[in-house]
Amino acid sequence: MLSLVLWAAGASVAPAQEPDPAEGRELYIDSCASCHGAEGEGAEHGPSLVGVGAASVDFYLRTGRMPLANESQQAVKKEPAFDDAQIESLVAYVSSLGEGPPIPEVDTATAELSAGQELFRDNCSACHGAAGAGGAVGSNAFAPSLLETDPVQIAEATIVGPGQMPKFAFEEEALNDLVGYVTYLQDVPEPGGEDIGRVGPVAEGFVAWVAGMGALIAISMFVGRKRERSPAEPDQA
Amino acid sequence: MLKWLDERLGAGHWARKGLKKVFPDHWAFLLGEVALFCFVVLVATGVYLTLFFRPDATPVIYDGPYRALRGQEMSAAYESVLRLSFEVRAGLLMRQIHHWAALIFVASIVVHAMRVFFTGAFRKPREINWLVGVSLLIFAIGMGFTGYSLPDDLLSGTGLRIAYSVMLSIPFIGPYITFLVFGGEFPTEGIISRLFVMHVMLLPALVIGLITVHLGILWRQKHAQFRGPGRTEGNVVGKAFWPSQVFKSTGLMLLVAAVLAALGGLVQINGVWAYGPFDPTAVSGPAQPDWYVGWLEGGLRLFPAWEWTLFGVTIPSAFVPGVVIPGLVFTILALWPFIEQRITKDYEVHNLLDRPRDVPWRTAVGTAGFLYMGLLTIAGGNDVLALTFNIPVEGITWFLRVALLVVPVVGGMIAYRVCKELQVGGDHPLRRRRGTVLRRTTSGGFEEVH
Repeated sequence: MLSLVLWAAGASVAPAQEPDPAEGRELYIDSCASCHGAEGEGAEHGPSLVGVGAASVDFYLRTGRMPLANESQQAVKKEPAFDDAQIESLVAYVSSLGEGPPIPEVDTATAELSAGQELFRDNCSACHGAAGAGGAVGSNAFAPSLLETDPVQIAEATIVGPGQMPKFAFEEEALNDLVGYVTYLQDVPEPGGEDIGRVGPVAEGFVAWVAGMGALIAISMFVGRKRERSPAEPDQA
Repeated sequence: MLKWLDERLGAGHWARKGLKKVFPDHWAFLLGEVALFCFVVLVATGVYLTLFFRPDATPVIYDGPYRALRGQEMSAAYESVLRLSFEVRAGLLMRQIHHWAALIFVASIVVHAMRVFFTGAFRKPREINWLVGVSLLIFAIGMGFTGYSLPDDLLSGTGLRIAYSVMLSIPFIGPYITFLVFGGEFPTEGIISRLFVMHVMLLPALVIGLITVHLGILWRQKHAQFRGPGRTEGNVVGKAFWPSQVFKSTGLMLLVAAVLAALGGLVQINGVWAYGPFDPTAVSGPAQPDWYVGWLEGGLRLFPAWEWTLFGVTIPSAFVPGVVIPGLVFTILALWPFIEQRITKDYEVHNLLDRPRDVPWRTAVGTAGFLYMGLLTIAGGNDVLALTFNIPVEGITWFLRVALLVVPVVGGMIAYRVCKELQVGGDHPLRRRRGTVLRRTTSGGFEEVH
C-alpha cells in the first residue's frame, strides 16, 4: 500500500521532463538580463555568461549568490531565489549559449578521505582554514565557511572558481576525494569535546582567559575572602 | 617519629618557625599560587605525555584509526601525537589538560605580575625577586612555544618557520644563530629532538630552579602587605602557615586542578589531526600561535614592510617587530624597579604595598603598557577578527596601527585621572554607590541627599 502511494506520488512529479530552455529564457529576461545582457553577452554591470557552463550557473543559483543585490560586494550564500525546476531551466538556457563545464557528479561514499585531505591541505586550507571554517583573504574578500555547503556545490565551486577563488582542474576522481573530505569535515567527530569555532589558537586563548583565568580569579577571591566571624587576633611575626 | 627526625636533622626549630610563618590575608596574594599549581599540573600531565611522544623526524606511513590521514607520510613525532590522541588511554585528555594548563599558566603569571606591579611590590628589597619573576615569565613563554611546536603538525611548523625567519633577520649574526639553533636550513631533521630537550629538560629545570629561588626569597623577605590597622613596615599581619594557609593553599590547588581538568575534558584544544602533518610547501589559515606569543605575531602583522640597508647588509622588516620590540619590552619590564627608583629617588625599604591609586603615574604607565601589549595581541588575530565581524582585514590593520600609538597614551591618562579622583573620593571603585540619591520635597521639587 505504502509503496503504491509512493509510486503514485513519484509518478505525479516524475514525468522527468527535460528542463525547458525557453522557460529558462523567460526567467532569465526577468531576473538576469538587466546585468548580464539580453542574450547573456554581458553588459555594464555583469560579465558575459556565454560558455560559463552548467556548473557555474547551478552553483551561483543554488547557493543563492545570484541574483546579486550589490555588485561591489562579494556574493554571499543565501536562500536561493528560484525553486529547483526554475534553476534547472535557467541552467538549461544559459548552458545553451555556449560550451562550458557541466555539473560534476560526486559520490562521497566512494571518496578516498586521505587523498582528499592532502588535496585540501595543499590547495584549500590556506584560505578556507584547516577545518573549512572559512578565512579572511584580504582586499575585502573572504573565503566562506564550507561547513554548510552541499557536495555538488563544493565540486562546482572548485572547477568554476567563483569570485576571487582560483579555478582548479582536478581529475574527476581527485575532485570526488576532495569533496568527500570536505563533507567529512562538515560532520567530523570532535573527540576532544566542545569545538570552539575551529579557528585555532585565537578562540583557545579567548577561552583560556575568559573561562579559565576568569574562573581562577573568582576562585582566588573565594578562597582568599576575609571571613568576618573569624577571631580578630592577628598573628604577628 | 618527629622526635627521631629532630634528633637527626635538627629540623625542629626550623620547622616550628616555618609553620608559624605569617601569610597576609588578601585574595590577590593567591594569584602566584595559581601559577604554581598550574605548573604542578603541567609537570604531572607532561610526564604522562612524555611516555608516548616520540621526538623523531623520521618519516613513517600512518596506519592508525584516523581515516582522513591513513596512508600519508608524516614524521614519527606527528604520528605519535595522533596515537596519543586516538589510541592511548586518556591520552587526548592528558594532552588537552596539558595544553589548557600551559595557556592558563602563562595567563596566571601575567595576572600575578600585574598585581605585583600595580601594588609596587617590586620595590626595595624585592627587586631580585622581580627579576626572577620576569625570567620565569620568559621561560614559561619559551616552554609554551617549544611545546606548541613539538607535534610537528602543519600549524606549528608554520610557527617554527616564522621563528626561524625572525632569528634569521638579526643583522650580521642571524644566519649563525639560526644554524646553531636549527642545525641547518629550515626545515631540519633535528629540530624536533632539539625542541624536545628544551621543553622537557632544560626549561623545566630552569623553571623549577627559579621557582625555588622565587619562593625562597619570598620566605626570607616575608610577605609584603597592604596598609591597615596594626600593619607597619616592620611586621606582617595575617594567618599562620599552619593550619590556615596550608588548608587554603591545598584547597586552591585542588580547585586549580579541577578547572584545568574540566577544560581539558570538555573543550577541544589544538586538534592537530585537522591540520595534517607539516609540509613545507603548504600553509593553512588562520595561522596563529598560542595567545602568549600572539603579541609577537601581532607586531609582525602591524609593522610596515620597511627594509633598510646598513653597511651593505639588508635589515629585513621582521627585525624591528620580531627582535627589537620584544627585546625592549622585556628589558623595560625587567629593569622597572630600577627605573622607578631612578625617577622617584626613593631608596627606602617598602614592606607596605601601594594601592594602584596611591601612585597614579605608575598605574598610568602600567595601564599604557598593558593596552599596548593587548592591542598587539589582538593584531595577531586580525584575520580571525575580520572573518568573525565581517570587516576587511586591511581596515583592522590600519585601525590597530593608529590605535597602537593613541590608545595607550589616552588609556594611561584616563587611568591617571581615575586614580586622582579615587584619592579624593576614597571608596573602592567597585563598592561605591553609583549615582546620587534624590529626595522629593513637599513642594514637588527634588534635592540631592548627601
